[in-house]
Amino acid sequence: MNKRITESFTKGKAFIPFITCGDPSLEVTEQLVYAMEEAGADLIELGIPFSDPTAEGPVIQAANIRALSGGVTTDKVFDMVEKIRKNSSIPMVFMTYANVVFSYGTERFVKKAAEVGMDGLILPDVPFEEKEEFDGVCKEYGLDLISLIAPTSHERISMIAKEAQGFVYCVSSLGVTGMRSQITTDIGAMVELVKKAKDIPCAVGFGISNPEQAKKMAGQSDGVIVGSAIVKLCGQYGVECVPYVKEYVKAMKDAVREA
Amino acid sequence: MSKGRFGVHGGQYIPETLMNAVLELEEAYNHYKNDPEFNRELSELLNEYAGRPSRLYYAAHMTEDLGGAKVYLKREDLNHTGAHKINNVLGQVLLAKKMGKTRVIAETGAGQHGVATATAAAMMGMECEVFMGKEDMERQALNVYRMRLLGAKVHAVTSGTATLKDAVSETMREWTNRIADTHYVLGSAMGPHPFPTIVRDFQAVISKEIKEQILEKEGRLPDAVLACVGGGSNAIGTFYNFIEDEGVRLIGCEAAGRGINTAETAATIATGKLGIFHGMKSYFCQDEYGQIAPVYSISAGLDYPGVGPEHAHLYDTGRAEYVPVTDDEAVDAFEYLSKVEGIIPAIESAHAVAYAKKLVPTMGKDQIVVITISGRGDKDCAAIARYRGEDIYE
Repeated sequence: MNKRITESFTKGKAFIPFITCGDPSLEVTEQLVYAMEEAGADLIELGIPFSDPTAEGPVIQAANIRALSGGVTTDKVFDMVEKIRKNSSIPMVFMTYANVVFSYGTERFVKKAAEVGMDGLILPDVPFEEKEEFDGVCKEYGLDLISLIAPTSHERISMIAKEAQGFVYCVSSLGVTGMRSQITTDIGAMVELVKKAKDIPCAVGFGISNPEQAKKMAGQSDGVIVGSAIVKLCGQYGVECVPYVKEYVKAMKDAVREA
Repeated sequence: MSKGRFGVHGGQYIPETLMNAVLELEEAYNHYKNDPEFNRELSELLNEYAGRPSRLYYAAHMTEDLGGAKVYLKREDLNHTGAHKINNVLGQVLLAKKMGKTRVIAETGAGQHGVATATAAAMMGMECEVFMGKEDMERQALNVYRMRLLGAKVHAVTSGTATLKDAVSETMREWTNRIADTHYVLGSAMGPHPFPTIVRDFQAVISKEIKEQILEKEGRLPDAVLACVGGGSNAIGTFYNFIEDEGVRLIGCEAAGRGINTAETAATIATGKLGIFHGMKSYFCQDEYGQIAPVYSISAGLDYPGVGPEHAHLYDTGRAEYVPVTDDEAVDAFEYLSKVEGIIPAIESAHAVAYAKKLVPTMGKDQIVVITISGRGDKDCAAIARYRGEDIYE
């Protein structure tokens, strides 16, 4: 298991923000990482944009398109991470789609990601059945391939949890990423099934946007992941987004602390 | 290697949220495909409702005009709803019904698969929602009307290039949103396992019939079978029962759009590379960083940046050949078949006719070629007229 990821769950409940690299620019993405770290983020998910992100709702889809139109490439993202690592040691994981990794050359991608200082990788279109192709390489280079479980996983949870690395990403709701007014899944029960199979942190994502939800979800798990609500601020404020995101992350981290 | 592989291709690259749904589908399919009652019901639907078997027509005028091999046309355009799509849809909607689903969703490009799904849903009493690229809704307005007439809800997809690939993405997203009562009727031999196998099996009736019909008419197998390839459902249906017959050339005709040396093409095997998208490993049109290319073809049904995994494998092994056909060649063939045989083919199918026009004259008079006419061309008349500079309204 990656040491930095494991440590990010040792200081109480974790808050994990997601941003899309290059939205609105890679310079702003770098500044966002520092600002979110200062605001109390425990681990940061960096999205490498993909043209056709099938697990994303409209907010993150739009961010992917903005980033790609701005000329972001996987290599430019690696360069940015290398720069960040000179100033920050916050745990960071990439979140992208299988084809971004595969087309780069899976081993070449993972090796490079480890070299520039990434700690893990989330691939929402790689389920348990397909993970071998990526997992072996990740282990070799010290990256955690993060496993996801969903409200439909049921009896699969134990099998997935047993082989999970870093933390388990608990998808809170059916559907794609995006803000939701209500989360009806019994997160506590999902987390319990994971813990029965393996002692590993569980972070809940999909649909969480306000401090009340964050507090509630953190109460039933080890941490909370928020993407669309932050990406929406990036879309709304563009190059001016950094202070708004910082303030939001601080409020969310405060709520998570109360859980 | 995971399940559902064709060589290195195929697999199940989908969100965890959908895994139990595809596992449930696989289990149900494996049960019902050998169930005599299911097969009896499906045969009855195919024969009495869809009008199978479809004709294998000897195209005497085309044969004479081209002066080479004998040309036969497999008339999938004569099926109910006007295309081969109904073969797969009747199978999948019947299966969904047996699984206790009450709602079906589908993507559509040209609209033929959407119309077929809406038709089967109307007939079997299921709720139906179809996702179609906004661009395609404009190109195929008549089919949008037909789907609505049949009681389906049609959703305009505005993301990405607003064409078939985006319609597939959006239907996958909708499926993750509502799984318990919903079956995704995937329209081509692509996507995550078990879809490529299910769709191929339901379309294999095309080659099963061709084989029986040609043996009856000619007493021997054809030298080549041709079909157009987008995702590749009519092509895999046309090829499947000939794969073991080494003497039969299997030729898939891809949409080259404005040409394979331009960016405006949808010829995946000619221009794509190995990748992972829409649930499968296969060939995709993409850039060096794996971003899926905004492909182009005059044909909404072939305007897709990938190809089904079994085709990718048949290409790798050399068993099947894949050739690019441009818009211009397809439009010429659309007009040609209309004038020479009095059959207006779908612009998709016209891609196969176009390649046959080149191939047939190079073959001997004792040889036989079968072209699958996957659909009828009425839906394309307005667009082809516009292509020729004539502005007509539907």
